[in-house]
Amino acid sequence: MDVKFINAFVEGTVNVLKTMAFVDPKPGTSFVKKGSVASGDVSGIIGLTGAARGSLAVSFSEACILRIVSNMLGEEMTVINHEICDAVGEITNMISGSSRKILEKGGTSVIAAIPTVVAGKNHSILHVLGGPSILIPFTTDAGPFVVDVCLTEK
Amino acid sequence: MGKDMKILVVDDFATMRKVVRNLLKQGGYLNIVEAEDGVAALAVIKSQKIDFIISDWNMPNMTGLELLKAVRADAKVSATPFLMVTAEALQDNVIAAVKAGVSNYIVKPFTAETLDEKIAKIIEKMG
Repeated sequence: MDVKFINAFVEGTVNVLKTMAFVDPKPGTSFVKKGSVASGDVSGIIGLTGAARGSLAVSFSEACILRIVSNMLGEEMTVINHEICDAVGEITNMISGSSRKILEKGGTSVIAAIPTVVAGKNHSILHVLGGPSILIPFTTDAGPFVVDVCLTEK
Repeated sequence: MGKDMKILVVDDFATMRKVVRNLLKQGGYLNIVEAEDGVAALAVIKSQKIDFIISDWNMPNMTGLELLKAVRADAKVSATPFLMVTAEALQDNVIAAVKAGVSNYIVKPFTAETLDEKIAKIIEKMG
């Protein structure tokens, strides 16, 4: 996968979480993920098409997503419930949008579907294309999350 | 139109409706109703006087763009200010919204200041 996608997803992710949740995520070194088990406790997944085809997932540890949504809503969230899952869907949607805007500026136009959310320890993320994906790990004050992407450029 | 105007917030994500509601309250706008998609929004618009619409784009059943077109096509409500607040930031989307008569456009993520500013600009333009 071209580095422009990694850069766009990193920038998009940081932009969304800083602006909406006042959280400053630090990206780590991306690597190839083997297997389908998610890194986190709740994940949002969104299909992508256009100049690139595949899917993007954002997978949050429990502590991390509880802090993010607490900050977004201005109220303390203590368990992963329907409201948290709803928020994960919207966060995934926004990260996708923000990243795609960056890609468009570089001449790569990608369209997204409506995201789905999966929650629970050891849940699986099955990318549309199958095969290994690229994981971009992030750390925050409240815990880690990853952006998990599997894309092929047309 | 002032802070007592009735605002309809349309988004399929309840979280985002709550975020927008909270930001509007911070700006002093307390008269807020919600809808989870374009179809529900149209039902609200037909049943009560709405002074301002804030809508997402990507929603099931009826998108924000389809809602905008439906509002602009109905003479009774066609002049209602319509602010699109969406993660869809591609140029073609913005152009389509402008062509359909959107009053203004906010790309997610956004701040309370941006929301306030865009609402104020729309109201100012209305005179």
